[in-house]
Amino acid sequence: VLGLTHYLVVAALLFALGLFAVVTRRNSVTILMGVELMLNAANINLVAFNKYAAPQAMQGQVFALIVITLAACEAAVGLALVLAAYRTLETVYVDEINIMKW
Amino acid sequence: VSGETVIFYLLAAITLASGAVVVTSSNIVHAAAALVPAFLGVTGLYILLNAEFVAGIQVLIYAGAITVLILFAIMLTEGGTGLGGRQRNEQAWAGAVVAACMAGLLIAVAGRSAWAPPPAGATPPSYTPGAIGQSFLRQNILVFEGTSIVLLVSLMGAILIARRED
Repeated sequence: VLGLTHYLVVAALLFALGLFAVVTRRNSVTILMGVELMLNAANINLVAFNKYAAPQAMQGQVFALIVITLAACEAAVGLALVLAAYRTLETVYVDEINIMKW
Repeated sequence: VSGETVIFYLLAAITLASGAVVVTSSNIVHAAAALVPAFLGVTGLYILLNAEFVAGIQVLIYAGAITVLILFAIMLTEGGTGLGGRQRNEQAWAGAVVAACMAGLLIAVAGRSAWAPPPAGATPPSYTPGAIGQSFLRQNILVFEGTSIVLLVSLMGAILIARRED
């Protein structure tokens, strides 16, 4: 029988994939893709808890919608920062963006 | 084995396989394109969880807007497909160990926890867009207003940061 744990395991694996992208990718755009995967994993958890733990409330789905909105904000600002960094430093690789490193 | 279980495993496989392509592909255009099936697999999971409205928003914003935005960012920066340069830093093994430990920890905690059973008897409400809207404008009104301010500020911030200075 399909239960809460099934969804939590899928979300944990998706979160780990996103984490792997964030810590190993050099290109800042692909790092943002990893962040999006991690946010999706959190959303699966929220909606699954809504169904299996508190079906009377709608807080899980409402929170998932807010996370989607904030993910859109994060993508817009993050990609604007990538473009600005590329314009001034002529690179998108995060290990080459180190002018503030002492 | 019920049909729901089969569909769940199919959607989970689609999501995780596309996610693996996103994090490992050395062609970043392929990685961005693989985001679409990953997001659509998550959409299917939302539908299995009776969250049809969240699923619709997921298709519009993630599979539609955010993927296109990421493709634009790839095309506006150096390298195009990124096949010319190294895409992974020298911490690949350490990163894999950290990610595997994180997944193992989360799965162990999820498996060991005794989740409270859902309240029996009462039928859950149908999660219609109308009901979600009522929830937003009644008990979640503060979060709703706060989110709209964050949207406005991030819109202005994105324009300001990406603007060419001259």
